Amino acid sequence: MSFLGKLSIDAVPYHEPIIMITLAVVGIVGLVVAALVTKYQKWGILWRDWITSIDHKRLGVMYIILALIMLVRGFADAIMMRTQLAAATNGAEGYLPPEHYDQIFTAHGVIMIIFMAMPFMIGLMNIVVPLQIGARDVAFPFLNNLSFWLTAGGAILINLSLGLGEFAKTGWVAYPPLSGLEYSPGVGVDYYIWALQISGLGTLLTGVNFLVTVLKMRAPGMKLMDMPIFTWTCTWANVLIAASFPILTAVLAMLTLDRYLDFHFFTNEAGGNAMMYINLFWAWGHPEVYILVLPAFGIFSEIVSTFTGKRLFGYKSMVYATASISILGFIVWLHHFFTMGSSANVNAFFGVMTMVIAVPTGVKLFNWLFTMYRGRLRISVPILWTLGFMVTFSIGGMTGVLLAIPGADFVLHNSLFLIAHFHNTIIGGAVFGYLAGFSFWFPKAMGFKLDERWGKASFWCWLVGFFVAFMPLYVLGFMGMTRRLNHTNNPEWNIWLYIAAAGAVIIMFGILFTVIQLFVSFKNREQLKDHSGDPWNGHTLEWSTASPPQYYNFAKIPHVHDIDAWTDMKEKGLAYKMEESYAPIHMPKNTPAGIFMSAGITAFCFAMIWHIWWLAIVGLVGAITVFLFRCYSDDVDYYVQPEEIVEIESAHLESAKKEGVTA
Amino acid sequence: MSTIPASLKPGSHAADHGHDEHHHEGHQLFGFWVYLMTDCLLFASFFATYAVLFMNTAGGVSGKDIFELDFVAVETAALLLSSITFGFAMIAAHAQKKGATLAWLLVTFAFGAVFIGMEIYEFHHLIVHGNGPQTSAFLTAFFSLVGLHGCHVTAGLIWMAVMMIDVAKNGLRPRTVTRLGCLSLFWHFLDIVWICVFTVVYLMGAM
Repeated sequence: MSFLGKLSIDAVPYHEPIIMITLAVVGIVGLVVAALVTKYQKWGILWRDWITSIDHKRLGVMYIILALIMLVRGFADAIMMRTQLAAATNGAEGYLPPEHYDQIFTAHGVIMIIFMAMPFMIGLMNIVVPLQIGARDVAFPFLNNLSFWLTAGGAILINLSLGLGEFAKTGWVAYPPLSGLEYSPGVGVDYYIWALQISGLGTLLTGVNFLVTVLKMRAPGMKLMDMPIFTWTCTWANVLIAASFPILTAVLAMLTLDRYLDFHFFTNEAGGNAMMYINLFWAWGHPEVYILVLPAFGIFSEIVSTFTGKRLFGYKSMVYATASISILGFIVWLHHFFTMGSSANVNAFFGVMTMVIAVPTGVKLFNWLFTMYRGRLRISVPILWTLGFMVTFSIGGMTGVLLAIPGADFVLHNSLFLIAHFHNTIIGGAVFGYLAGFSFWFPKAMGFKLDERWGKASFWCWLVGFFVAFMPLYVLGFMGMTRRLNHTNNPEWNIWLYIAAAGAVIIMFGILFTVIQLFVSFKNREQLKDHSGDPWNGHTLEWSTASPPQYYNFAKIPHVHDIDAWTDMKEKGLAYKMEESYAPIHMPKNTPAGIFMSAGITAFCFAMIWHIWWLAIVGLVGAITVFLFRCYSDDVDYYVQPEEIVEIESAHLESAKKEGVTA
Repeated sequence: MSTIPASLKPGSHAADHGHDEHHHEGHQLFGFWVYLMTDCLLFASFFATYAVLFMNTAGGVSGKDIFELDFVAVETAALLLSSITFGFAMIAAHAQKKGATLAWLLVTFAFGAVFIGMEIYEFHHLIVHGNGPQTSAFLTAFFSLVGLHGCHVTAGLIWMAVMMIDVAKNGLRPRTVTRLGCLSLFWHFLDIVWICVFTVVYLMGAM
């Protein structure tokens, strides 16, 4: 075994022009960014205030930056697939050979779920949840930083696979025996395993962290049934994370043992059972989609009640609906493989449970409608996303109920109908939700609002593009086209494939307009500045802080008497008040331990992928050493003195008064 | 936690503790409980897999052929006794008795090491007789489930060694006692998991 294990210069795919051009572009962009940071001398700030930060708000911003970058990467994969399929009709081969195309659809799925949607959701949760419950930070701020860097480590691994070796060609679910060593001897599946394993660990730690935060650190007076609805939906998502991610860890570990040590969990020979992988995978995978969509439901609830200027209709039923969806989400996993051949009774049970989920989801939809009823809707970007979601998601939900009928599923299993269905719910539900939350909380996190015109343009492109891109897939599914095809030869499919490709182009403009929106808003940040900290006349405690919030969040922890705590304070005239005196605030210090530990673990994973055993040991031992140093460091906290608090608080009130807010 | 500045000691005005020392320890113990529940699900996944695969012996040995209950009973006794002695260590730690804490931790460590030693012996014995995890799905599932528990116990032993050095050097500071509390939860948890392993794998397999 050589010094670099299986790694050699042959691992670089220099004969693939598409990949090499992509790498060149990534390299140039990276160099430009590095040059700009150097020119404006921002490396110090980047290191001290961001990379080593354990402030939940900054970590949230970093999560969302990661998510947006990964959105672009995942979308590049998507538009390549759509153009390939539009080009490769009538027996033409298109421009993507099968072995490359297979990596693209696998990477698209993994990136969009694990490295776009999850970081986006966790980013919003990080920024908002501690503020909504009146806490100064999460329960374990250092762990929070570590979670972020583990997720980032996973993202780095998956992107490395572009230029070093290959990615999995198995589809994002990596079913064995295809993902076993016999049929996937390359490093692709190993990249998949370790990227998911390390980011999954980060997610699991986040789940534990936020559960403790929400259960132990709510402001005085805030009972569980007084928590803002977004916090509630995130809490259920965290329960699901804590209950389902260990299953992913387990199933990936088993696949690892099969591939590295010749075990027989899922192999064809020696009694292995590949269906066990599929069961375990979806016992994680199905709760995972609710982890993605429940916080989005929470975002829509906050937005609907804020932009109608009303209390959320049916708060309690919303909480219970979220709880039922979470629990039901655990007993439907088999609907992903009705064709496995279980008995009719087993399939019927899972089919019925799946349909039952439509009930609490319907409750939510009606609650949003009733909240709007007789309200005065202020049409702004966040509410546009919400309205677009309500229409789009309803269609996705209905096709889901259709697929839940085992008999229908036997016809539609793995067809493009399924692809259309889950994009309909994930884009129309989760992604629209995150983009709504992005425009809703952007002023809170960054201190200025986003440009409305470009935001609306982006929304309409996404909405129209979505329907143009995915409705044809429903049709194609009915016409018998299955997923993961590289090229086709059926003239009747052509027109629908062309329309779908056009839809992807429209969505591309949606993404482009979001980027332009960010640039325009940054340029006009003085005009768009949010002086009061409460740009939308919000209901909950995050709007009681400055924008961006004071780094300690609350000078004095508020007393909560209402679900809409901030509205309550505004109505009672308790908002925007200085305290007579402030006590010193105990705060944790920033630390580089998180990024160092993650660097060690990422190196370990990289070494495992390429069988560089010495590096694996160095990486793991390094990470453990950093952890022990961190555990026995005494220099972890400090106190903010009252003089500084008074200064920051009066500056915020001054600025709020400029906005015309009366204390 | 760092030393508290004199101006913040009780008697001056009370500090507004966002991260109050006492609360923080509560968070740690509670957080560790939540983590243990996730660990529990990790084991549950391996148990479920064992349940699915244990009959798939692929013409090789089954549990009846390879399990030696006498041997496992001694192994089990060692682990169960280590839980009791860890309990004594915690009583001593809460009473701020440094010497007794260290002594009981040492006894616990010894029992844990005996357990791991016997497990390694059992694995080695099986492998040299051609019954390694690569032989059949049953042995794959067996080695993985028991090995996963063994890895946990090994991690617990390393943690225990670190804690013994900590106690010996720094005494029983509140932070140290909290961490001992977490380790003790971990240790008892592994004991409970082992009882399930003993029942499901060994007893039901050998009967």
